[in-house]
Amino acid sequence: MPLNLTPNIADADGFYDELLAAHQDLTKDDSDAFNARLILTLANHIGDREILRAAINAAK
Amino acid sequence: MVAVRYDTVFKLYPYEKVPDQDKPARRHPVVIVGGGPIGLAIALDLGQRGTPALVLDDHDGAGTGSKAICFAKRTLDISHRLGVGQAMVDKGVVWNVGKVFHDENRLFEFNLLPEDGHRNPAFINLQQPYFEKFIYEGIEAAQANGAPIEVRGMNAVTALESHDDHVVVSVDTPDGPYTLEADWLIACDGARSPIREMMGLDFEGRVFEDNFLIADVRMTADFPTERWFWFEPPFKGSGQSALLHKQPDDVWRIDFQLGWEIDREKELDPANIRARVDAMLSSQSGEVPEYELVWTSIYTFQCRRMKNFRHGRVFFAGDSAHQVSPFGARGANSGMQDAENLAWKLNFVLNGHAPEGLLDSYDDERGFGADENILNSSRATDFMTPKSDMSKVFRNAVLELASKHSFARPFVNSGRLSVPCVYDGFPLFGVDALDGPTVTRPGASCTDATVDQGFLLDHLKGNFTLLAIGTEAPPQFTFDGVAIDVVHVPSPSPELSTRYLGDAAQAVYLIRPDQHIVARWADFDAEEVECAINLSLGKA
Ligand SMILES: Cc1cc2nc3c(=O)[nH]c(=O)nc-3n(C[C@H](O)[C@H](O)[C@H](O)COP(=O)(O)OP(=O)(O)OC[C@H]3O[C@@H](n4cnc5c(N)ncnc54)[C@H](O)[C@@H]3O)c2cc1C
Repeated sequence: MPLNLTPNIADADGFYDELLAAHQDLTKDDSDAFNARLILTLANHIGDREILRAAINAAK
Repeated sequence: MVAVRYDTVFKLYPYEKVPDQDKPARRHPVVIVGGGPIGLAIALDLGQRGTPALVLDDHDGAGTGSKAICFAKRTLDISHRLGVGQAMVDKGVVWNVGKVFHDENRLFEFNLLPEDGHRNPAFINLQQPYFEKFIYEGIEAAQANGAPIEVRGMNAVTALESHDDHVVVSVDTPDGPYTLEADWLIACDGARSPIREMMGLDFEGRVFEDNFLIADVRMTADFPTERWFWFEPPFKGSGQSALLHKQPDDVWRIDFQLGWEIDREKELDPANIRARVDAMLSSQSGEVPEYELVWTSIYTFQCRRMKNFRHGRVFFAGDSAHQVSPFGARGANSGMQDAENLAWKLNFVLNGHAPEGLLDSYDDERGFGADENILNSSRATDFMTPKSDMSKVFRNAVLELASKHSFARPFVNSGRLSVPCVYDGFPLFGVDALDGPTVTRPGASCTDATVDQGFLLDHLKGNFTLLAIGTEAPPQFTFDGVAIDVVHVPSPSPELSTRYLGDAAQAVYLIRPDQHIVARWADFDAEEVECAINLSLGKA
């Protein structure tokens, strides 16, 4: 399965809200740390190295 | 005169005057410069194969300081083939439980449960001087059986002259200088390799700007046989990381990563070392056990390698050829793989069983090994000492997650233990005509498994070997002068099946003298086997 770069999240606005809410009241350092933990958690869920590589490239 | 650069704990080969010293330069087939673990292992391997080996070392035994402590399974398997593995395992410490800390927090604990069907454990902890001593005892035993090995202590090589078909070596001794000649010379003279210098050769790579304080302490207090590793330890002034590891004789290895800007003199002051050690040893129980400082030292490290490990008639092996950071214990462990790779090839070429070109594959294969080791140890270093703000953010994110979720634990990198190289796709390896497991694909070294009452590796004695599992194969034979051993296992143990058959019903493996798999098939076919032997000897 290739990296999905088309809309895939139901209720995109709702998710976006949740993401920002998680950063609410965090200092810049804590936000950076949170982002890193989130990326690692998601990356592990995806697992597939090809997809992860494609995602790293897509985000560049 | 021969300068003394370090003290020896075990005097293994005291200086003795030999007739060579009063004669015109005599020619030796193989001269090995350096009697560290790698030089001694090559000498033992060559000598057991009947190839004369002369070792020159500028000291008379194993140096003080435990240096290497962690010896991996492949090293033990190689040592076992050389007849010295059991002594190492008997003396060594086997541990299974490790704990990882970050600051004040204990993140997680792991247990390396041993896998069934292996003679040797995944690794042992053993002070390097013992390791060298056991190899040397193997040399003495081989000598008693007539193996042509000679080790000359207090023989310092001072100059070298390379010719097309030999090397002229100048040696200094307590009785003054002499010269000798070598058909082949192997430089096992360590990280600072004087031979490399004399030949004006490169040694490229990264120097990591960090200082490590090592303290070996002896304590008889009841302390768990576990490996404890701290990222950003909480004890005052102990730097980026710290490690506690058990060795034989009630000795513990303690490592503090101090950073670059330090005052060496001050750090080596026993009072300062004790303050740190006290803090570490009491961190879990609140009490400082009684202990004695056995050995302390500060070292810096580098990840570097020579571009080529062969220069005409001169080979480089071990630390002289490559150096890695100590994380992952890849120094001596990879050097032992150099040793076994070079010894059989040189023996075959000297006996006329293989063309000289076979020797280039040493550089090819072990250069790949060095790259793999440097890659692994550089990654460990980058995890332990993040090089940018963001890499530190990720590193700490991994550590935080690791305390809660198992998925993050594989990212935690305090050194990846040395595992043997697989020579995937290298020219001297043949077909994979078996639908077999990947661990035993051509290029891999044989993993152990139970066979009858013993172990598979006991049957791989240093010749080319055909392993026939659940199928027919001819008895031992000779091909072009080369003896081929045959190991016939009609009904395999469960481990042998899992590791060598997988879904296949039967298999035939061709295995090199260094226990690496050349090719594998479902059936024995004489022509295919002969082709693979030729390929493996560089004749194809
Ligand atoms: C603190 C520390 C921890 C380590 N931990 C580990 C570990 O856990 N596991 C691991 O695998 N490795 C480890 N290593 C690395 C390991 O110690 C080396 O890789 C290993 O010693 C290399 O062996 P060698 O035979 O190539 O060289 P050396 O052991 O350096 O031997 C070279 C020999 O050559 C001799 N020599 C030098 N010049 C001359 C000359 N001109 N003439 C004659 N003789 C000469 C020297 O006296 C010496 O005997 C560690 C190293 C350090 C410093």
